[in-house]
Amino acid sequence: MSTSIAQTALVDKDPQVMTSAPIRVSRPVRSSRAKSRYAFTVLAFLLPSAIPLLLFVLGPMVAAAWVSLHKWNLLAPMQWVGLGNYAKLLSDPITGDVFLHTVYYIAGYLPLVYFGGLALALALNTALKGRSLLRGIYFLPVVTSWIVVALVWRWLLSPSNGIINTALAAVGIQGPGWWTDPHWAMPAIIFASSWKDLGFVMVILLAGLQAIPTDLYDAAKVDGAGWWRRLFSVTLPLLSPSTFFVIVISLINGFQVFDQVYAMTGGGPNGASEVVVQQIYDLTFRYGRAGEASALSWMLFAVVLAVTVIQIRGQRRWVTYG
Amino acid sequence: MADALLTRGTAPRASVRAPRSREAKTRLTGIIVLHVVIIVGAIVMFFPFLWTIITSITPGASLTNTPALIPENPSLGAYQRLFAERPFGQVILNSLLLAIITTAVQLITSSTAAYAFSRLPFRGQTAVFGVYLATMMIPLQVLIVPLFVELKTFGLLDTYLGALLPTFASAFGIFLLRQAINQVPRELDEAATIDGAGHFRIFTSIILPNIRPALATLVVFAFMGSWNSFLWPLVVLRSPELQTLPIALAGLQGQYTSQWDVIMAGSVVSVLPMLALYVFAQKYVIQGVASSGIK
Repeated sequence: MSTSIAQTALVDKDPQVMTSAPIRVSRPVRSSRAKSRYAFTVLAFLLPSAIPLLLFVLGPMVAAAWVSLHKWNLLAPMQWVGLGNYAKLLSDPITGDVFLHTVYYIAGYLPLVYFGGLALALALNTALKGRSLLRGIYFLPVVTSWIVVALVWRWLLSPSNGIINTALAAVGIQGPGWWTDPHWAMPAIIFASSWKDLGFVMVILLAGLQAIPTDLYDAAKVDGAGWWRRLFSVTLPLLSPSTFFVIVISLINGFQVFDQVYAMTGGGPNGASEVVVQQIYDLTFRYGRAGEASALSWMLFAVVLAVTVIQIRGQRRWVTYG
Repeated sequence: MADALLTRGTAPRASVRAPRSREAKTRLTGIIVLHVVIIVGAIVMFFPFLWTIITSITPGASLTNTPALIPENPSLGAYQRLFAERPFGQVILNSLLLAIITTAVQLITSSTAAYAFSRLPFRGQTAVFGVYLATMMIPLQVLIVPLFVELKTFGLLDTYLGALLPTFASAFGIFLLRQAINQVPRELDEAATIDGAGHFRIFTSIILPNIRPALATLVVFAFMGSWNSFLWPLVVLRSPELQTLPIALAGLQGQYTSQWDVIMAGSVVSVLPMLALYVFAQKYVIQGVASSGIK
């Protein structure tokens, strides 16, 4: 390998860059030519991702902020309204409702996927036969499109003839109307979402479990620690970085919940499962109120950013890095 | 299948660990309980898929005609109709094309950016990385309107390029690969530098081969993201001949409201490629997450 490296190195004529760049200590680079060469290298590695991110994420984001200061139905020219859209949203009870529904979703979903995923990861981390098949089965819903999952769950949870209500009827329980009942629409979405994401949480936690050195368990056993004691004193503290990652990602995704709501209930019945992003979508594409939709988008982004920053700040209190 | 799992899972263990003392007895009970819970869980997880498959081979399955667990006249008719009455083959090809391009481009953009963040110190690096990460926190729905207007200006609505461009860089992928590259010992780069290798050479011959599990993980997630993406293609792609799978599936629901066998056949078809990809990459995925330091 070294000869081929040497061959291509012939193309790389400037010896200064080669020695100075990868080794941190030898910066700053001396000659200005080497300096600009290094800058060129950095740009060459960074631009392929920076250009699409700037053009298609950051740019539109700034544009959304601009749109949020206008009244706009997507067709007619924009009309400046200043912070009017924000004021309107804040005084509209629906805004509170959609945020409440989103928080309700997270409050139901997060404990279910986390504790379910943890139990699964613990179980599938033992020397179980056929465990890769089992892991595959638990991961299957993760790779499945929400559209498919929603179709299947609508079918399973169909109020009149769905298999779940049929099974409940068989043991004498009158099943609820699920996605047709305002009280049960959100629980139906929560069940389906937890079912779908369990495997993802399991994989992250499994990876974390596998990184815990086994000699710690041996030491705990020698000290006479039982299974529960080992769980609380060894496993959970050392798993805290994975737990942290799962919670951060789940909260980011939870606030952005949309596909399953769109496909399962469309926000209904009577807006009982209308979440923030569904509302953004409806405002834009159903009611042509793009300015308000953009304002709501920015409010959501501010909330997600705040929640994430608080978590990152708070992680020192409970997250132990190996 | 459950029976096979049970015998495979419990029988050898039970015979090996003969209960000699009380401790061994509780241990054995624990193992049995564990197996029962895990296998029942797996059945619960798998049941919706099983039900999908059963429904897809039950002719005339509908909400009023609930299929039996073991279909009486199983038939692949729904699959035939799926492909005969709609351009479903075309739809699958469209989705495959988009997913392959997205995955390939994300592999390039994520790995080069990850290399820059891990190996090429520059002023403001932390801040730039922070901005990259912040893009993960913006829901796509937030960007839909400005993106739509932007692509309209470029004349890219209803084109594949328009559907593809916003998927070309992924902060998640960059984060994943950066964590992986951080784990590659720097001595390897230094040795290569002494041999006269430049950054591009180090990147291709040292870094990339050493982060294969993370790359495989990214392949699964990038492919999955594209294969399942719904909202953006729905907004951008208007022509029926450009449609992707999730949109076609959602469309089936409206069109064949009573024909659940056809809808479920479509669902089965859409899951198969992802399943194949996952089986192929499974052993790398957990390893990839583990080595990424996300733990």
